[in-house]
Amino acid sequence: MTTPSVTPSFPQRPTEGATATPATVAAAPGISRLTRQRRRAAWLFLAPMLAVLALVAGWPLARTIYFSFTDATLYDLEYHEFIGLLNFYYLAIDPQWWRAVWNTVFFAVISVSVETVLGMIIALTLNAHMPGRGLLRAAMLIPWAIPTVVSAQMWGWMYHDLYGVINEIFLFVGLIDTPRAWIADPSLSIYAVIAVDVWKTTPFMTLLILAALQLLPGEVYEAARVDGINPVKVFFKVTLPLIKPALMVAIIFRTLDALRIFDLMYVLTGNSRATASMSVYARQQLVDFQDVGYGSAAATFLFLIIAAFTVIYITVGKVNFDQGGK
Amino acid sequence: MRIRKLIGRLFFYLLVACIVVYTVFPFYWAIVSSLKAGSGLFQVEFWPSNPAWDNYVGVFTGQPFGRNILNSVVVSVSVVVLSLFLAVTAAYSLGRIQFRGRGTLLMVVLSVSMFPQVAVLSGMFELIRWLGLYNNLVGLILSYMIFTLPFTVWVLTTFMRELPKELEEAAIVDGASPWVVITRVFLPLMGPALVTTGLLAFIAAWNEFLFALSFTLSNEMRTVPVAIALITGNSQFESPWGNIMAASVIVTVPLLVLVMIFQRKIVSGLTAGAVKG
Repeated sequence: MTTPSVTPSFPQRPTEGATATPATVAAAPGISRLTRQRRRAAWLFLAPMLAVLALVAGWPLARTIYFSFTDATLYDLEYHEFIGLLNFYYLAIDPQWWRAVWNTVFFAVISVSVETVLGMIIALTLNAHMPGRGLLRAAMLIPWAIPTVVSAQMWGWMYHDLYGVINEIFLFVGLIDTPRAWIADPSLSIYAVIAVDVWKTTPFMTLLILAALQLLPGEVYEAARVDGINPVKVFFKVTLPLIKPALMVAIIFRTLDALRIFDLMYVLTGNSRATASMSVYARQQLVDFQDVGYGSAAATFLFLIIAAFTVIYITVGKVNFDQGGK
Repeated sequence: MRIRKLIGRLFFYLLVACIVVYTVFPFYWAIVSSLKAGSGLFQVEFWPSNPAWDNYVGVFTGQPFGRNILNSVVVSVSVVVLSLFLAVTAAYSLGRIQFRGRGTLLMVVLSVSMFPQVAVLSGMFELIRWLGLYNNLVGLILSYMIFTLPFTVWVLTTFMRELPKELEEAAIVDGASPWVVITRVFLPLMGPALVTTGLLAFIAAWNEFLFALSFTLSNEMRTVPVAIALITGNSQFESPWGNIMAASVIVTVPLLVLVMIFQRKIVSGLTAGAVKG
């Protein structure tokens, strides 16, 4: 993550000269002066971006990992001692931490699954030709655009145990017979959190699936309709396999996002153990309890999990960087 | 057969109606609640019988909410300008020039966009305190680069790559330097892409919560999400829901207007960032 040097004195790969832009102008031995000039410019133009990334991403990450091996406190970050893996040991035997891990995984799996199914249904609906489709798609963007904190507060009010509209509606419909404390009841609160996340992020899923659906060739469906094949069968035999790559990317994107969830739980349920995610737990240790060393250990653990997922994403998604991620 | 078709249509539009109600109702409910004053808030009414603006006044008198909005605007706009500036030149290098290590760099950029924010929290806290930027908007602007920069670089690189090669070749034959190529040839063509990525970066910065919560201290330095999360009324036991709903509506409406105006661009930006990535 360090800033690369600006002088591009690399040994040349044989193929590069050919693929580079108009290198035919000068027939210098090896590579043209122009190509060399362009490569130097490339690094020069990259340098500011890379310097900023190194400063705000690489360096803080390295420091966090370093702190996780120390007993640093927020009160005085400078005076700390190296304590080896002690923080990780305490982490491993803390049931609250494992509760947070479980909460996060449970949250991620359930909400991403529901979002995928729901997003698929909505996308298929929006994909049909009907008047006012553009307006509908605009409506889909509303939950997406609303800040998470605002969504959490809006739903917090709807979940209110005495005056909440959700209790009112559910009582009216007959789903429940007494008002529930959706947020305060530890057996319900995780589902309350999941419901908000599903509401907020299903549109993202829908839009990605919709984009994939609109790239599908129409002839296939025409043929299927002429042959009188059941639409459900068409969906599972034709549509799903065709949009699977896009769907996988969307699912992995959302899973990565869900694993680092913080603001939703924090605003809706505070530091409640019943819902605290790994991020909430780490921040509580770091800021509220001022235990930077221990909190950093938790954060590092989360980072490793996400890193593992990212590696899976890059392999499964077969992101080809030389082609530019197509 | 016709009846079956009719029932099918009916079912379809019922489904559409359900989808609309589901997506729109929570925000509608926030608007309705924000217009109910006093004890009216505690009655479930789907239309406010006597709308009042008390809650909207309360938001601005109870805390420096005007200042919070200004903070959010300053931070978000700066983040957009800074990340677009850094990303355009970087995207030119990554998208148009073949050089060794390009694939690795793109991978680094993509990996950074996956960072959980909490993983850099303690290191970032130390950095910000060391730079003397604690409880300072500049600290927020700097730290927000971690999530806007990878994204803008990625999307703009994808966009740059798809522009025709001939444009650049003509300029190079005329002896234009890479800087001139970027500013004179590419930048005029990049308007749509810049609007899309800029808007997405703006929304991300406007909505950010964890850093804003951790790196600011005083009410005057808070951004909108933190202010909304921490609104407390006179009573210790009950949140001032009316004020919270009013504040929620205030910060969401401009965002929704932006999103509605640019909805096509946003959708294409989201899909470029995810489907193609």
